[in-house]
Amino acid sequence: MRSYFKASVAALGLVAAMTTGASADGHALSGDLVIFSDMSNPAPRAVMEGMVERFGEMHPDLNIELTIIDREAYKTQIRNFLTANTPDVANWYAANRMRPYVDAGLFEDISDVWADEELAGLASTKGAMTLDGKQWGVPYTYYQWGVYYRKDIYEELGLNEPATFDEMKSNCQAILDSGRKCYTIGTKFLWTAGGWFDYLNMRTNGYDFHSELMAGKHKWDSDEVRATFANWRELLDMGAFVDNHTSYSWQESLPFIVSGDAAAILKGNFAVPPLREAGLDDSKLDFYQFPSINADVELAEDAPTDTFHIPSGAANKDNAKAFLKFVVSAENQTMINAGDALGQLPVNANSSVDDDKFLKEGFEMLSSNSPGGVAQFFDRDAPAEMAKVGMEGLQEFMVKPDNLDKILARLDKAASRIYK
Amino acid sequence: MFPTPIEKSSPAAQLGYKILLPASLIVWLLPLIAVAVFSIKPDSDFTSGNYWGFPSSFEGLTNYGLVFGSDMPRYMLNSVLITVPTVIGCIILSSMTGFALGVYKFKANIWVFFMFVAGNFVPFQILMVPVRDLTLDLGLYNTIPGLVLFHIAFQTGFCTLFMRNFIRALPFELIEAARVEGISEVRIFWYVIMPLMKPALAALAVLIFTFIWNDYFWAVVLTQGVESQPVTAGITSFNAQFRAAYHLMSAGSIVAALPPVAMFFLMQKHFIAGLTLGAVK
Amino acid sequence: MADTAFTSSSANQQSWMKRNKLIITPWMFLLPGILFFAVYVIIPIFQSFYYSTLDWDGLGAAEYVGMANYAELWDDDAFYVSLRNNFIWLFLYLLAIPGGLTIALLLNQKVFGIRLYKSLFFFPFVISQVVVGLVFTWFYDPTFGLLNIILGWVGLGPINVLGDEAYVTYGIIAAGLWPQTAYCMILYLTGLNAVDPEQIEAGRLDGAKRLKMLWYVVIPQLKPATFIAFVVTIIGALRSFDLISIMTNGGPFGESRVLSFYMFEVALSEYGFRMGYGAAIAVVLFLIMLVFIASFLRSMYKEEKGR
Repeated sequence: MRSYFKASVAALGLVAAMTTGASADGHALSGDLVIFSDMSNPAPRAVMEGMVERFGEMHPDLNIELTIIDREAYKTQIRNFLTANTPDVANWYAANRMRPYVDAGLFEDISDVWADEELAGLASTKGAMTLDGKQWGVPYTYYQWGVYYRKDIYEELGLNEPATFDEMKSNCQAILDSGRKCYTIGTKFLWTAGGWFDYLNMRTNGYDFHSELMAGKHKWDSDEVRATFANWRELLDMGAFVDNHTSYSWQESLPFIVSGDAAAILKGNFAVPPLREAGLDDSKLDFYQFPSINADVELAEDAPTDTFHIPSGAANKDNAKAFLKFVVSAENQTMINAGDALGQLPVNANSSVDDDKFLKEGFEMLSSNSPGGVAQFFDRDAPAEMAKVGMEGLQEFMVKPDNLDKILARLDKAASRIYK
Repeated sequence: MFPTPIEKSSPAAQLGYKILLPASLIVWLLPLIAVAVFSIKPDSDFTSGNYWGFPSSFEGLTNYGLVFGSDMPRYMLNSVLITVPTVIGCIILSSMTGFALGVYKFKANIWVFFMFVAGNFVPFQILMVPVRDLTLDLGLYNTIPGLVLFHIAFQTGFCTLFMRNFIRALPFELIEAARVEGISEVRIFWYVIMPLMKPALAALAVLIFTFIWNDYFWAVVLTQGVESQPVTAGITSFNAQFRAAYHLMSAGSIVAALPPVAMFFLMQKHFIAGLTLGAVK
Repeated sequence: MADTAFTSSSANQQSWMKRNKLIITPWMFLLPGILFFAVYVIIPIFQSFYYSTLDWDGLGAAEYVGMANYAELWDDDAFYVSLRNNFIWLFLYLLAIPGGLTIALLLNQKVFGIRLYKSLFFFPFVISQVVVGLVFTWFYDPTFGLLNIILGWVGLGPINVLGDEAYVTYGIIAAGLWPQTAYCMILYLTGLNAVDPEQIEAGRLDGAKRLKMLWYVVIPQLKPATFIAFVVTIIGALRSFDLISIMTNGGPFGESRVLSFYMFEVALSEYGFRMGYGAAIAVVLFLIMLVFIASFLRSMYKEEKGR
C-alpha cells in the first residue's frame, strides 16, 4: 500500500517524544525513500505505517513512499524487485534466509552502519546478520516461539503446564477426552509445520544436531531424525491436531483456539495480538515453553529475527541507512515492540521489554532458559529450496505418516542436489 | 427446432419445465449467491458461526465502504488503464493483419495466418521467462505499458484469426469494384472494409476487454505493486490484509468481478457474436 | 519481407510500387502485427528452448549445461505429479462439452424470460478465474463450506476437498468446469439455432425420437460448434494456472501442481529462480500442446484447401 505521509495532528504527540531520536541522525534528510514491506497483518501494518509517519515528521523534506505487500506474496516477489524496480529499504529475514540475496550481490553490505556506536546495543543479534564477516541488514524485532494455550480449559480439566513430553501427552489425552483437539495448526502455507519439526527435533536430538541437519551435514534418513518423527507420530496417532489443517493458513486456524475447539497452538508471539483481538484476554490465554523430550539434551528455542535491508540497487542509500538507524534506535525499538504494537521483543539492549505477560515470559525464557542455543526457524536456517521441499515433506507426514520412508528418501535426494 | 418446443408437450411437462428452470439456475449459481450473501453480512455472523443463515443485520454499506476505502479503487483504475489501451491496440493491429490476410492472395498468406493461430494457442509458460526479461530490459517491468505491450502482441494472434475470417466472409465484389474505380488499397481498407467491420470490431472489443480484465498470470509475472497491478492481482493483496474476514473478501471479489459482468450484460449481443464466431457455418 | 522495395531509387520505386501494389500492400498491413507478434511470442518460444539448456538464476552468468535440466526432470517426482495432473485435467475438462450441450438443450426453448436465463447460465464465464477460485475455496471449506453442509444433509462427508491429495485436483477441475461449461453452452446454443429444421422434420418422419434424433441428426450438424468447444477446452485445460495458484498454491504437499504451475514455482518463486529448469518444464508443456496445435492447424488447412 502506497501512502504519502503528511503532517497529521495525531502524529504530533509522537514526534515530541521522538525528538531525541531525530537529533541522533544529525541533519534533516531530503529526496526520496522507497520502502517495500511485508508487514501486512493488521498489527505489524500499523507499526510500519507509524514508523514511516514518525520518520517523515523528523525529515519533513523527505518524500517517503511505502509499499506494503502481502507477507506470503512478498516471499515470491522479493527476487523480482531486488533486481528490477528496486526499493531503498526492504524487509526480510535473518541468517541463512538472506544468503541467496547476499550471494547474488543483491543486498548492500552495511557494515559501516554497524560500526556506528549507536548500534552497540545490537551486539546480541549481530551474528544473525553476519555472513562472510559482513553485516547485510539490521534486525527490527525478534520473538519467542512456544505453546500458547487456553488457560481456562486447562483449569477446567485440572491440567498443569507440562514439563516433559509424557506430561504433554497425558494432558493432550485429557483434552481429547473432553472432546477438543490439543493443537490447532494451519499448514496451507507449509511453514507452520516447520515450527513443530524444529521443536521436536531440537528436543529429541539437541540444537547442534538440528542446526547441522539444516546445514545439510546429516542425512534425513537417520536414526536421529526418525526418532523425531516417531515422537511426532505419537501425537498424530492420538489425533492431537485439528482436522483439515492443510486447508488453512495460520490465521484461519486461530478460530479453533478462540472457540475452544482446540486448546493450544505452537506459534511465535505474533499470534498474541490477533488472539487478544478475538477476545482471549490474559485470563484465558497463557504460555509455556515447549517441554523437554530427551533429558540428555539442553533446551533450545526458535526465535526468528525479522530484518530490514538495503538492496544494492537502491537509489537513496544514505536515506535508507538513516532509516535503518532510526528503526533500531532504543526508543523506537521500545515503542514498536510494545504489547499494543508488534507485541514482540526489541533487538536493542538499551530498550525496555514491554510490561506484557507474554513478552516478559518470552524474554526470560530466551535469556535464561535456552542453554542449548537459539535457532532462527526451519525456513530460515535451511536454504530456501531445501526448506520448500522439506516443509512439503513435513506437511505430507502430518497427513500421511505412513509415507515417512518415501518422504525421507525424497528429502535426501533433494539435499544431495541442493547442498552440493 | 431441437429439442421439441416445450409448448407442444403435455401441460405436466410444461409445468415441470417451468419449475426445473429456476431450480437449476439456483443450483448453478449457488456458489455465487453464497458470496453475494456473505458480502452483506456483519463480522459477528462469522464469529458466531452463522455462515449460511439469514444475515443478522445488513452491513452491505459498511463492507463495500471498506472495500472502496482500501486500495481496490486504485487496482480497478489500473485494470482500466491496462485493458482499454490493449483493446484499442489489438483492434488496430488485427484489423490490418486481418485485412491483409483476408483480402490478398499470396503464397505465404496461409503460413502467416497459421503462425498467428498457432502462437495464440501456446502455453503462456513458454513465453514467461523471455518476456519477463524483455520487459526488464525495456525498463517496463512493473509498469502498465509493459503489460499492455505484451497483451497487445499476444492477443493479436486471436484477433487476427477473428478478423481474417470475418473479412473473408465479406463480398469480395466490393473490393473488385473499388479497384476498378482506381481507389488505392489503403483507401479501400479505410472506406470500404472498415465500415463493414463495425460489428466485428465491437464483438472483438468486448471479448478482449473481458480476457484482459480477467488476466492473472501476466499480472503476477510482469507487475508487483499497487501502482501497476490490475484488480485480479490486487484482490489477493486485499484478501491477505483481511484474511479470514470473509465478508470483506466477498465484497472485494464482487467489486473486482463487476466490470466484465456489466460489460457482458450491456453488450451481450456483441459478446456472444464474438465468442461463437465459427460455431456455425 | 518487402525491404528490398525501398532500396531502389524513388522514380523506379513509384512505378515498381504501382506494379506490385498487390504484393506490397499486404506486407505493409502485416508488418506491425508480425513485428509485435514475433518479438513477444515467436522469438520467446525459441529463446525458451535455448534457456532450457542453461543453469541460470536469472541474474548472474548463465552456464550451458546441455540436457542436464531434462535429465533432472526425468528423475523429478514433482514433475511426474504435475504431468499426471495435466492429463487428469485434459480428460476431465472435456466434460465441459457434454455438460454445455446438456444445458444448451435445456435452454433451447422459447418460453418467457429465457433470454435472461441464458445470460445467467453463461454468467460464470465472464467472472475472472481468480474470483471463481475464491468462491469455490469457500464452497469447499471443511468447516463452513456449503458443499459439506449439503453432503451432511444426505449423510455424507465432511470432506476436505482442497486439503486432501486424493480430491484436490478434482476439486479444482470442478471449479474450472463451471465457467468452461458455460462457454461450451453458449457455443452450442448458437449452433442449435442453425440446425436445419427440415432435417429435423425429416428425422421425425423417419420415427427418430429424442436421443436417436440427437445422436444421428442434431449432433452431426453441431460439428463446427463441437470443434471449437474442443479447441477452447483443451487450451483451457493446459493453461490451468490461476485456479491452482488461488485455491491451493499447488498443495497439499505439491499434489495439485500442474506443469504450468510447477514451472512458475521453479522459475519465479522465492524457492526457485531456476530459469533453465523452468524453461525445460515449459518446453515439455509446449510439446504437449503442440500435438493439439498441429492437429488443429491440419484440420484448418484441409478446410482452407477445400474452399
